[in-house]
Amino acid sequence: MKLRKIMLATALSVAVGGSILWAADHIDSPAVTNQSSDITDVYAFRGADANNLVFVANTQGLLSPSATGAAKFDANTLIEFNVDNNNDNVEDLVIQAIYDGSKMKFYGPVAPSEKGTRSRLEGSVTAEVAVTTYGSTAVTATGSNGIKVFAGPRDDPFFFDLDQYKKVIGGTATGFNNPGNDTFKGTNVLSIVVEVPKTLLGASTGKVNLWVETKKKI
Amino acid sequence: MKRIINRYFFVATVVAVTTLTACDKDKNDAPVVYYEQQDQMARAAINTVFVDAAEKDKFNTTTPSQMNATFAAKFKTKLLALNAGYTTNALGQNADALSGLLVTDVLNVSTTAPTTYFDGTNVLTGRALADDVIDISLLLIFGGPSGTSNPGLTKDNVAANDKAFLSSFPYLATPH
Repeated sequence: MKLRKIMLATALSVAVGGSILWAADHIDSPAVTNQSSDITDVYAFRGADANNLVFVANTQGLLSPSATGAAKFDANTLIEFNVDNNNDNVEDLVIQAIYDGSKMKFYGPVAPSEKGTRSRLEGSVTAEVAVTTYGSTAVTATGSNGIKVFAGPRDDPFFFDLDQYKKVIGGTATGFNNPGNDTFKGTNVLSIVVEVPKTLLGASTGKVNLWVETKKKI
Repeated sequence: MKRIINRYFFVATVVAVTTLTACDKDKNDAPVVYYEQQDQMARAAINTVFVDAAEKDKFNTTTPSQMNATFAAKFKTKLLALNAGYTTNALGQNADALSGLLVTDVLNVSTTAPTTYFDGTNVLTGRALADDVIDISLLLIFGGPSGTSNPGLTKDNVAANDKAFLSSFPYLATPH
């Protein structure tokens, strides 16, 4: 489910007096519901070394602890960070992650030969890391170009009182509780984390635009 | 399947015009594997809130550079439908400005300033793990120019994650 997207919509529908009542499954994006290609959240922040940026793509949300061990990345799903460094919202660089059955292989940052909704793997592998298994210490690796990489289950960093929203939607509450209750407490996601030296991003204007795409092998 | 069909079509076309060299070249090249887009995301909550159900997959496969042309008017309509009393928000954005900002779904990430969704000073310079993006979004959409409108809807009173983040790579907490 597109949880992040669902939740705020739920909140918004409250404000219009219930005239728009969306059930959660009606506001999912139909093509990716419960798929390995479903993105739950994207993060971008300074690394512990301020010379680096960290990019996070989380997928397959709301994994219970008992379901997390069996959750897997999909070898037919490309997870792609898109970086625009001249503010035209077209990707100038991509960092691609593809699972080969045991390892996550990374390509880039590299200028893509294909832009837009169709992609191919670009150039050669720049980093690879074994997917961390549930319950094990995080396995990380550093690539030939200096990027650090991780792939595996993590706590879902997102937090929100979704249940209270549902009550408001259902007409049994008129607002939030204080304190609220984090509906995502105790749930996991499958994460890709990449730490990238800023020097690899070509950000001459002091900023980049970032988005994540998932693409299926055709 | 689509690729196979295209290949047969290509070969048939080539044979029909007897340009067999092109056909040989096609056979000798290693096949390129392509991947077709299914989902995309940057900021939290954009697609669900601002895109009608019938167009959600379309939004997920519209490249960011085309989002404004395709969806800007619809985003403004949606914003005003959701909050009919919208005037401006705490950032001074009118409906055009806010919907125009949100319609291009990319994360703006500073390579020089602190990276945050909003920290009181920096606006949309990244998204840190601890950022309360829901409260920030609710406040900007429902809080009005002073942030005090619709007080029951502008924060959920969940201010932090249930696990502490790590200070070093990979930063996200271990799974439950």
